[in-house]
Amino acid sequence: MNEFFRKLLFLPEQASSFAADVDHLHYFVMMTTVIMAAAVGLCALLFFAIYRRKSEAQTTPHIEPTLMIEAAFVSVPLILFLLWFAVGFRQFVEQDNPPADAIDVYVMAKKWMWKFNYPDGPNAVNVLRVPAGKPVRLLMTSQDVIHSFFVPEFRVKKDVNPGRYTQTWFTATIPGKYQILCSQYCGAGHSIMRGEVIVMPPAEYEAWLANLKRGIPNTQDGTPTPIENVAANTSLVEQGKRIAVEQGCVKCHTVNGERHIGPSWLDMYGRHEKMKTGEMITVDEGYMTESIMDPAAKIVDGFDNVMPSFQNKLAGPEIAALVEYMKSLQSDTVRNTPSEAPLYAPVH
Amino acid sequence: MSSAATPAAGHDPHELDGVPEGILAHHYSSLAAQNEAVRLGMWLFLATEILLFAGLFAGYAIYRFQFPEAFAEASRHLDLSLGTLNTFVLITSSFTVAMAIHFARTDRKNLAVACLIFTIACALGFLGIKSIEYMHKFQEGALPGPYYAFKEVTAPGAPMYFTIYFLTTGLHAVHVIIGMSVLIVLTFKTANGRFSSKYYTGLELGGLYWHLVDLVWIFLFPLLYLI
Amino acid sequence: MLQSIDGSPQTLAAPAEYTPYLKDGTTVMSWLNTRDHKRVGVMFLVLVTLGFFLGGIFALAIRIKLLQPGPFLYDAMTYNRLFTLHGIVMIFFFMIPAIPSGFGNFVLPLMIGARDVAFPRLNLASMYVYLLGASLALWGMIHGGVDTGWTFYTPYSSTTTTNAFPVILGLFIIGFSSIMTGLNFIVTVHTLRAPGMTWMRMPLFVWAVYGTSIIQVLATPVLGLALCVVGVENTLHFGLFDPTRGGDPLLFQHLFWFYSHPAVYIMVLPAMGVMSEVICAFSRKNAFGYNMIAYSSLGIAFVGFFAWGHHMFVTGQSSVNAGIFGVISMLVGVFTAIKVFNWVGTLYRGSISFNTPFLYACGFLYFVVFGGMTGIALATVSLDVHWHDTYFVIAHFHFVMVGAVIMGFLAGLHYWFPKMFGRTYHDGWGLVAGSLIILGFNATFIPQFLLGNAGMPRRYYEYPDQFQALNVASTAGATLLAFGLLIILVYLVVALVSGKRCEQNPWGSKGFEWMTQSPPSTHNFDVIPTITTGPHDYRTHTHSAAFGVHHV
Repeated sequence: MNEFFRKLLFLPEQASSFAADVDHLHYFVMMTTVIMAAAVGLCALLFFAIYRRKSEAQTTPHIEPTLMIEAAFVSVPLILFLLWFAVGFRQFVEQDNPPADAIDVYVMAKKWMWKFNYPDGPNAVNVLRVPAGKPVRLLMTSQDVIHSFFVPEFRVKKDVNPGRYTQTWFTATIPGKYQILCSQYCGAGHSIMRGEVIVMPPAEYEAWLANLKRGIPNTQDGTPTPIENVAANTSLVEQGKRIAVEQGCVKCHTVNGERHIGPSWLDMYGRHEKMKTGEMITVDEGYMTESIMDPAAKIVDGFDNVMPSFQNKLAGPEIAALVEYMKSLQSDTVRNTPSEAPLYAPVH
Repeated sequence: MSSAATPAAGHDPHELDGVPEGILAHHYSSLAAQNEAVRLGMWLFLATEILLFAGLFAGYAIYRFQFPEAFAEASRHLDLSLGTLNTFVLITSSFTVAMAIHFARTDRKNLAVACLIFTIACALGFLGIKSIEYMHKFQEGALPGPYYAFKEVTAPGAPMYFTIYFLTTGLHAVHVIIGMSVLIVLTFKTANGRFSSKYYTGLELGGLYWHLVDLVWIFLFPLLYLI
Repeated sequence: MLQSIDGSPQTLAAPAEYTPYLKDGTTVMSWLNTRDHKRVGVMFLVLVTLGFFLGGIFALAIRIKLLQPGPFLYDAMTYNRLFTLHGIVMIFFFMIPAIPSGFGNFVLPLMIGARDVAFPRLNLASMYVYLLGASLALWGMIHGGVDTGWTFYTPYSSTTTTNAFPVILGLFIIGFSSIMTGLNFIVTVHTLRAPGMTWMRMPLFVWAVYGTSIIQVLATPVLGLALCVVGVENTLHFGLFDPTRGGDPLLFQHLFWFYSHPAVYIMVLPAMGVMSEVICAFSRKNAFGYNMIAYSSLGIAFVGFFAWGHHMFVTGQSSVNAGIFGVISMLVGVFTAIKVFNWVGTLYRGSISFNTPFLYACGFLYFVVFGGMTGIALATVSLDVHWHDTYFVIAHFHFVMVGAVIMGFLAGLHYWFPKMFGRTYHDGWGLVAGSLIILGFNATFIPQFLLGNAGMPRRYYEYPDQFQALNVASTAGATLLAFGLLIILVYLVVALVSGKRCEQNPWGSKGFEWMTQSPPSTHNFDVIPTITTGPHDYRTHTHSAAFGVHHV
């Protein structure tokens, strides 16, 4: 029944938790509308057929409605319309109040793209990934003019205004890809300001999120691009620290002098190190950068060739940030001795 | 329908003693009916003017609610003495235009003309004082939005105060100019003897418009200068 | 022999020959400098018809582009200008003034037994103000145009680099024309009714135009202010609506919709008034529930002022707001429902003749219920979340604006054509054209309801491919609709030039305007009648053959 009316009325699939209820009200209202409109038009034609003018001299009785009829004319539509309002308003209040356990995503709209930010991590352009079955709250603002976030399958729409935040929420129920359409005129690119909601089964979503935090970048959507990675108003050192954690550098390089798989970064800058080849080098920006891109080129004596290359995985600005961070790790002690080798004895 | 004043038998209602020719339009049954109609028309027009300003008052209310400190502080930097003087000038002009109507109604044409001229002088005075105030603002840099450079008030929202200030007083000044033009035309007509105890409706309507211009200022003045 | 309003023959000797208003001065200047409300009405009709065809050309340009989902024929910015101008021209050049300033001007004084409107020179001035505003806006359209949508939402309208200012100024000026007309009609109805015409004996068209005039007078100034401020914003960038300067973009929406919602009742109420006249005349029956229809006109005018927030359900306002505006919108719908039931009730036991005006009345009934109830559906807040700014809304307002109002306009045009010009047109062609229009209209806009359901947003130059089939169907319907409208143009022009001359009251209507010659003389009535009965009283027969006044 639901499917029949949904297809009849060209409604998209019901992919959110409130879509079905909204659609049921929709069927009731639209069917009543179509029936009433047809009925009134046909009634007029029917009355013409019955009361066709018989002769020029024909007169008609003066008929006035009784009080009962007048009361009916007023109360029947009033009750029907208020009934619809009561149901619809209830649904609207539900749509307006996100549950407390909703996942927050920040949405930034600008001509003519959507940017999505998760509070604890990744951000994306034009693609919003959400888990199925969990409520997601969108906190939205615009950078320029008024836009509007619309996903037909979710029956969700909210204007995105500059200078203030609007919120909306939904619980996506069916995994899949759904289009985001901007639905407030915003200029030349209004009709191409599209995005995509990718609804993933919860397990997949958790895996994707964890993947992103582990620092192994995916090559497709969801990836923090170099530009997204660095917030404009933080220092390079802070950014470098973040990247070091995200990329997993600190799994092998300590920052407090402790020995570990790779040389500790504390006081590393400016140190004189002996390479495996016997060559002495000074740790400067060039050497640090080279070690990130091509670690096998110059390995510090006593350490093994186990570091992966970050060529094509980190962009110029990110490497610069890392270098600055490493340079900032200075202690008060003056140390001239080379890095100590790790505690374990390598297996020969 | 009210029973209009019927002229004496045999008289064409369109030929009334003491009333200049052509005043009574052919489609009205009597001058009284026509007067009633034009007065109703004028009141309706005044209602439209009130609604025109209503939007700006709504804007003032909304932004005042949003930036109470800035609005209060900026308001203190307006020239209260000039504003009060302007209020006094306008109220006086309303009085003199009412007097002009009174004198016209009692067939004292010359006094009516004198009162009208005084009213127009008050209007000019108002505009003059307003220009002085505006010039002060330009010099201080107390200007709307992006042109704001008024160092003495730095609370957030201060430029918005001056946006509202210039929009409301600017629109009001436009209406002062319109009212003044109407009064100038009416002065000439009064001098030419158009108005008398038999007919003074045109003057009455012009006076009504001038009272509205005054009334808008009576609301603007406390909102902008006093609170 | 003249008849007075209650049907009894007048004993005053009246000349069998007279000068119809059309012949009273035949120079161009006599038209341009007229005080005659009938001539002003005719000139307005010509002007609004030109506006209608211009807006229609824009509409066809839009629909043809939408045959293809991707870029086609012209670029996105041209499209954006086209839909903006379509809206502006249709609403301000046609829909608002057409029935009040066109038919209202011509017929209202006749209906109340007056010789003219209260302020004839103001009436003429309102036409020149309309011309001035329209010319300025047109000039702006030609020199760059504007792309903000007729709704001018900020901050887009404050920052667009298209030539918005002359268009905004032109619309500001046109607003005065609307205010002048409304003011004139209110005073006319209050002070120029013929002796014996109490309020409850006024024809229902007069009630409708009276309600419309109240809205015109009270709402239009707020639009004037909103446009004024947007114009200042666009040129001087004061920042009143700029969030970076503490402004609130939503303030504009409130100011704009405070006018623009009552404005839709300015458009639809006069059409409803025409309906009352046409249904009573063609079923030769008194209006069923005259009081209810009269009061509901005032009800729509009054309650319509408080419903504007239903355009802003998804702007992020509180749900309390949504609740209040939603309930009030429902109340306005009840007034319309009352009228529809009463019109159908009028047909009961009537004596119905299926002429062209009656065809339009049937169409109107269907369209006003469909369009009106989809409006109620939109006011059912949760449904609006899905439908807002989609083609569903476009279909809804076209159903009421084009469907209902155009039906009203065309019904009035075909009903009063003999009154205005003393000639008849070919009724068969009228029925053919009317049927094509009703069919074409449904074919154009029912697919748009479905497009809105499917999720196609408004103002989209490019659209996702899955919407193409419905778009093609809609364009096909639009072509049929245009064809029907063109047919009307042809046979009416033919009728103007060489149509058969008719007698005073070819429809046998008891409308008061039919109690004087067709076309009337300049001063309308030789003697102002005294009214002794209510309107639409068909208990006695009107001998159309007994009206024997032929003009020279």
